[in-house]
Amino acid sequence: MRAVITVIGKDTVGILAHVSGVCARHGVNVSDVTQSILQGMFAMIMMVDISDCDIPFTGFAEELDALGGEMGLSIHVMHEDIFNSMHRI
Amino acid sequence: MSMLNAGDILETITMIQDEHLDVRTITMGISLLDCCGSDVGRVCDRIYDKITRYARELVSTGEQIEKKYGIPIINKRLSVTPAAMVGAACDHIDMVRIARTLERAAVECGVNFIGGYSALVQKGFAPGDRELIDSIPEALAVTDHVCSSVNIGSTRAGINMDAVAAMGRIVRQTAERTADRDCIGCAKLVVFCNAPEDNPFMAGAFHGAGEPDCVIHVGVSGPGVVRAALAKAGDGDLTEVADLIKRTAFKITRMGQLVGTEASRMLNVPFGIVDLSLAPTPAVGDSVAHILEEMGLECCGAHGTTAALALLNDAVKKGGVMASSHVGGLSGAFIPVTEDAGMIEAARCGCLRIEKLEAMTAVCSVGLDMINIPGDTPAEVISAIIADEAAIGMINSKTTAVRVVPAIGRAVGEELSFGGLLGGGPVMPLNTWSPARFIGRGGRIPAPIQSLKN
Repeated sequence: MRAVITVIGKDTVGILAHVSGVCARHGVNVSDVTQSILQGMFAMIMMVDISDCDIPFTGFAEELDALGGEMGLSIHVMHEDIFNSMHRI
Repeated sequence: MSMLNAGDILETITMIQDEHLDVRTITMGISLLDCCGSDVGRVCDRIYDKITRYARELVSTGEQIEKKYGIPIINKRLSVTPAAMVGAACDHIDMVRIARTLERAAVECGVNFIGGYSALVQKGFAPGDRELIDSIPEALAVTDHVCSSVNIGSTRAGINMDAVAAMGRIVRQTAERTADRDCIGCAKLVVFCNAPEDNPFMAGAFHGAGEPDCVIHVGVSGPGVVRAALAKAGDGDLTEVADLIKRTAFKITRMGQLVGTEASRMLNVPFGIVDLSLAPTPAVGDSVAHILEEMGLECCGAHGTTAALALLNDAVKKGGVMASSHVGGLSGAFIPVTEDAGMIEAARCGCLRIEKLEAMTAVCSVGLDMINIPGDTPAEVISAIIADEAAIGMINSKTTAVRVVPAIGRAVGEELSFGGLLGGGPVMPLNTWSPARFIGRGGRIPAPIQSLKN
């Protein structure tokens, strides 16, 4: 099962390290990362495999949300189906 | 990204974060036909037991889906078999007791609203129907979550003008009974022509007799997303505008379909329909009126509003229909005045008037919705508003409805405030010439020639 983590906000040191740290702690494998500057904002998108996540998905999402709060970033993790269904026929 | 495009991902995030994209409601429909009986106490026990048994997991399931997909699901609701049918077999019909039972069950399940305090009387009154209608003012005054609807006409049956006359009085009485709370009872009462049996939206949701025992319906929303898409598109012609709305509606509806399918699987309840609607909220950036203004109208209500709304309503359906396996409910653009920031502004400044709203209901998904009218409006004028609206629905084979709020003790220009998604807004002026003799005639307006389709 795959999910998409999006990080949007002001670019600072250590964003990738912090987010991937949370992933590693819960057995979530990062399979792909892209970063870009979108309308002046830093945007990072990570594709992750949550099949072996050691906590329920909602708990994982809350932990990343809390990290986002600490770092002043907007971090979302959403199941990939939402993007597949909205953007592919 | 290996499979997904970064631009698409960020578009979805922007839609949710900045443009108010959400699933407006997951509504579980529950049949209460097997709760009927002669003893009202036992009937109420069965109703409570069945609803709380079936819907125990509804709210928590909705919350899990919200987390999984990152999509806000604003409301979790219930709709039940029209209460007039359920209460009709009782030896001593006590409809208000059924209303209180529905209220208790709704609170126990943690849902926002429960719809189905309803009667279907388009062709006449069956046992239970009159008792239900007469009890509406009290039922809506003593409950907070119960929503009521009465279907008084259809393309097949014509219009029951005795019921129309009754509902004018009932709407007034409901306002009077809740006058100390800004007449909020009337925000929970809708009078329909051609009511759909699978509508997930309030106040008009009920679980029709042709529906299965239990079913999950989903109502999507997204006026803000459509407006934002149009704003980015600039000065294209109206063919391009229609195309853009279709593409946006497709995406919104796919999300609704995904959420509905998932809820159905998790709850082990059949999936019913997606209602492809643009349902506004009073929040800034979530307005249907602002979409019409984005198309190029100075203010909603200006000449051109009906044409713009017709384009919008049609494009929403065209875009959504391919995105869902089963489409139903009301499906289209809602125009509830007090629930839409742009409509409220347009009503306040006098650009949007009830005559224009009536014309708009010929091309929108429902009807005259959430309109505050002067507190001294006579019952027969309310009945005549209902009759006009039902006539538009009957002749055009579409759903129309009236949800007006007589602002008891208040006059044009004063305001009512309901809070939450129901919003608030100014009391709008009505034509005050009397239709009393017309309404007083009663009887039925015969079904139109359009009804003879066989």
